[in-house]
Order: sequence, then structure tokens, then C-alpha cells
Amino acid sequence: MDLRIKEGEFLAVLGPSGCGKSTLLRMIARLAEPDSGQIRMEPNTMEPNKDRFQTAFVFQDANLLPWRNVLDNAALPLELMGEARARRDERARAALDQVGLREALDRYPAQLSGGMRMRVSMARALVTEPRLLLLDEPFAALDEITRFHLDVQLRELWQRRGMTVIFVTHSVSEAAFLANRAVVLARSGGAIKLDRRLELPAVRNNELRGDPRLGQEMRLLLGAIEE
Amino acid sequence: MKKTLLPPLIPLVGLTLMAEFLVRQGFVRAYLVPAPSAVFRAMVSSRAELAQALASTSAGSLAGFALSAIVGIAIAILLSSSRGVQRAFYPYAIFFQTVPLIAVAPLLVIWFGFGIETVIASAFVASVFPVIANTLSGILSTDPPLRDLFKLYGASPLVTLFKLHLPAALPQVFTGLRVSAGLAVVGAIVGEFIAGGGLGSVVDVARTQQRIDKVFAAVLLASLLGLGLFGLINLLSYLMLRRWHASEQLE
Repeated sequence: MDLRIKEGEFLAVLGPSGCGKSTLLRMIARLAEPDSGQIRMEPNTMEPNKDRFQTAFVFQDANLLPWRNVLDNAALPLELMGEARARRDERARAALDQVGLREALDRYPAQLSGGMRMRVSMARALVTEPRLLLLDEPFAALDEITRFHLDVQLRELWQRRGMTVIFVTHSVSEAAFLANRAVVLARSGGAIKLDRRLELPAVRNNELRGDPRLGQEMRLLLGAIEE
Repeated sequence: MKKTLLPPLIPLVGLTLMAEFLVRQGFVRAYLVPAPSAVFRAMVSSRAELAQALASTSAGSLAGFALSAIVGIAIAILLSSSRGVQRAFYPYAIFFQTVPLIAVAPLLVIWFGFGIETVIASAFVASVFPVIANTLSGILSTDPPLRDLFKLYGASPLVTLFKLHLPAALPQVFTGLRVSAGLAVVGAIVGEFIAGGGLGSVVDVARTQQRIDKVFAAVLLASLLGLGLFGLINLLSYLMLRRWHASEQLE
């Protein structure tokens, strides 16, 4: 596999289950080592610098710490980095605000809906103001309405923050709706079957969902997967 | 509260009344099973002796149980530190559990003498394993993505232990402690049979005096002690987990 990702891109990675999409993401985050070959970052986004950790990861499930309330969950990365309490609470509040959570910050995960848990999970990723955001099928377990909502919000966040986003999904419609560029992986071996720049407007909202151009992109991606 | 307390009281009262009736009518011999009223009378007449014995057994059980909690959790943490350590030592923890306590108790007397130390050691030996096994399994079953998350932000092993593994294992730690609480009382009584003192001695001496009513009184108190310890752990578990764990969520 040879894949170059530019800074500021919104890349969707598609492929059948078991093709190594998630492994690729974990390797980019340095949570797993490649058997051969290497992953280079220029500039290096893995080094924590003074006030932010530059890579963040959103998992398939929200994976919140059930014994911490919303605010303390969102503040966890800063706490692990040794940020002082007052400062990390302030930054966690700001991150929660960005995903639309302003109230009930003292609730516990067990008291939240699936969509709200995922928002907290996204806030936790954003709290360090990362330059690279990795998402591993983050909305797969949510109902469609909530997913549509979070899709739009993620796209807005990306436009506002100008970070690089790599979004792993098995949903063709989600990939086409969100990304500027989509990569389709082969069933095994990590070969790239399609690498395509999507021709869609910059602003993505629910009106686009019925747009024939989106349908066209979806057909192309689906064709590459089934090939 | 009313709904949880009332149902178990009904069979208790029913069985007590039935036992009283059966013994009084001579269906069951009083020197085998005393009438509940006789047990009650024994409890009243020997109250000073029983109260002192209960205090002593409580102290031994509690000390042994506390030791089990501390040492058990510490051993589980050590075992969880690496797969190699676990493979090398966990089989011995299991082996340790299968050694019959009653056979080890005389050894404990040789090591610790005729006193509360032996009782504490016996309570400890009886109750430490469930704490180790449950804590270890709790730590090892921490969600892999959560481990990844801590790794991603460069958390040290110590920070990961205290902020992730131990809190995540807490519900299972309490499961272990609940089992251990009852076992600690059993261990203390076994220790007292050999080393003397406490309710164990009361049972042993009353038995040789054919005071079956007193034996029952002491057994009843020992059971209540176990129940009390169990209740204490349940309360603690409720207080610590109620906000986040499904097992402690009340309506």
C-alpha cells in the first residue's frame, strides 16, 4: 500500500470487513506497528507539544469511562497530559460546546443516550485541539437520524478547525457524504482499489442527501468495492 | 426497603414457629435440635460471655478480611503486570486455595501461637483467594479501546492502573469481597477451634457440655456476623458504584 494524505484532507477509508481498515488507523495512531514498511508524518504529529496532543482517536463505541461524568470524560486527555484542573475544565467545556453539549455536564454515561455518548467521545478527541483526527466507524451503532446529525456536525467541525480527518467506515453513503477523498481497500493485502477525489460541494447538509451527484459518487464507490 | 425486608421475614417467622412446635410436641428431640425459645433463653442467660466472644470473633474476622482485601488486591495488581508473571504465579494462587484450611490451622497455631494472630491468619487464608481471582479478572477485562486511549495520550503504567484498571475492576473487586466476607468468618471460627477464643471456643466448649442450645446461639451469632459483614460490603459497593454501574442502579 502506498497512500499519501495531505494536511487538511477529509479522507474516507472504505472496504469490506477484515480488510485492515481499523488496523491502518491504529498504525497511523502508533497504537500498532506495521509488520513491514513505515508510516511517516511530516511534520511529526505524534509528539505531544506544550499545550496540545496532535493526534486524536474516536472509537467504534463511545468508550467513555463510566465512573466519570461528562465533563471529566471530555477532560481526560488533558488530565493525562498533566494540565491543571481549572484550565482543563475550561477547555473541556469549550470542546463539549463545539459538539452541542452545554448542559447536564455532571451526568454519567449510563444516563446518556447513544448519540450523546458519541458526542462526548468526540469532544474528548477534540479537547486537545488535534491536527489529525482518526475515526473508526464512529457512528455505526447509532440510529440513522442521529447519524445524519453527527455527520453534518463532523463536517462543520472539520471546515472550522482545518484539521486532517481520516474516517474509516463501511457505509458508502456516509463516506460519500462526508469526505473530500475516498479510498477503497481490497479484501486482503491492503491494496488500494480506488482513490478518488469526490466532486461534491464544500458545504454538506441534509439537502445533499437527495442530490444526484451524491448518488453518482456512491455508485462509483460501491462499484469499486464489489469489483 | 419494606418490599425487600418483608418477604424473607415471612419464612423466618414461619420456620421458627414450626421448629418450636415440633420440639415442644416431641417430634424432634430437644438434645438434637433445641427449641428456638431455648436458644433465645441461652442467649439471654449467657449474654455477657456471648457478647465478649462475638466481639473477639468480629475483631479476628474483620482483621483477617481487611488483610485479605489489601493483600489480595495487591497480589492481583502484581499478577496483572505481565503475562509472564501471571503464568508463573497464578497456578500457585489456585493451588493455595485448594489446600484445606482445617488441615492448615494446626500449622498456623505453631507459627502464630494460641491467640488472635492465629485467628486472623486463618480468616485471611480462608478469604484471600476470591479477592485475587476477581480483582485480576476485572483488571484483565478492561476494554481494549480504553487501553488504547490511555496509550495514545502517553499515560504511564501507574497512572493507567489508578485511573483506568482499578476503577474498571471495582465492580468485580466487590464481587470478590462479598464472597470473602463470609469466608473470613468461617476462617476465624476454624482458627478459634484450634487456637481458642471467640465464638469458636463457645461452640467447642458448649458441645462437650451437651449445651446444644448454647451451640445454636453461638452459631446464630456467627452467621449474623457474616451477614453483617456482607451487608457492610454491599453498602460500600452501593455508595461507590451507584452513579455508574448497572448492578447498583436503583429505580
